[in-house]
Amino acid sequence: MTAAVDKFKPGDRVKVKFEDRPGHIRTPWYIRGKTGWVERVYGEFLNPESLAFGRDGLPKKTLYLIAFNQVDVWGESAKTQDKVLVDIYEHWLEPVA
Amino acid sequence: MSDLTSDAHGHEHPKHELSDHAKRIYAIRDLLIEKGVITEKDIQCQIDYQEARSPANGAKLIARAWVDPVFKARFIADPKAACDELGIDATAINEFVVLENTEKVRHMVVCTLCSCYPRPILGRPPDWYKSFNYRQRAVVDPRGVMREFGFDPPDDVEVRVHDSTADIRYLVLPLRPKGTQGWSEDDLAKLVTRDSMIGVMDALSSLPE
Repeated sequence: MTAAVDKFKPGDRVKVKFEDRPGHIRTPWYIRGKTGWVERVYGEFLNPESLAFGRDGLPKKTLYLIAFNQVDVWGESAKTQDKVLVDIYEHWLEPVA
Repeated sequence: MSDLTSDAHGHEHPKHELSDHAKRIYAIRDLLIEKGVITEKDIQCQIDYQEARSPANGAKLIARAWVDPVFKARFIADPKAACDELGIDATAINEFVVLENTEKVRHMVVCTLCSCYPRPILGRPPDWYKSFNYRQRAVVDPRGVMREFGFDPPDDVEVRVHDSTADIRYLVLPLRPKGTQGWSEDDLAKLVTRDSMIGVMDALSSLPE
């Protein structure tokens, strides 16, 4: 099986999808709908949304380290230079023009 | 162990009232043993293994990184291989990433979803790491949390909170405290607290009493 091509590269701006559905979801609620950028591409991992239910975790999903400005997540009360960084699987991300 | 009593299967259960979770765990354990999936010895070995892992592993890695820049580069580039060099078994970690603090950047680690933690390196997480309080506030108000640990990051420092939500386990490489030139690796390791490797505070600046 050939490796899938990563959809995003470091520096790309991305938005976390705002989805509300049941399951073993590893995308924290507070970061859904927020916009940040790709900090690192970690590579492919078995999909925890499948593994948690005893399935095979395939197809693998590319995992990214996504950085967000604290002010973009929590508003002006945060320090402008502070960041929150979250590990997010590719199928939760959409490109931002 | 006077708190324990033997039952029909020949192994021990606590006498006092168990929580529902504990009852379920004991039931699953008994079934796994009865069906021959695992043995009593496997469980004891696993307990010994869990107990043997402690923040001393992390402190050893950090102290070596402080005194040996070439090791530090390897530790950051390939943390699991660096663990192997020091005889620390990190194979249980899927992916392991080291976050290097600098004068201008401090990292802090949380798992808002559960309690993901680099256990082979730091042992079991402290209770506060698993608390709802820490898991909520670490991402919203990291500086407030750090102040409660006695560390007030200067205004010109960038605080980077890592929410370890997936397969990656993070370890903070704290700054080497000033005035420690010429210290032995063993003494340096005593400055590396568990909390400094979670990132809620810097390493100690003098040896603990």
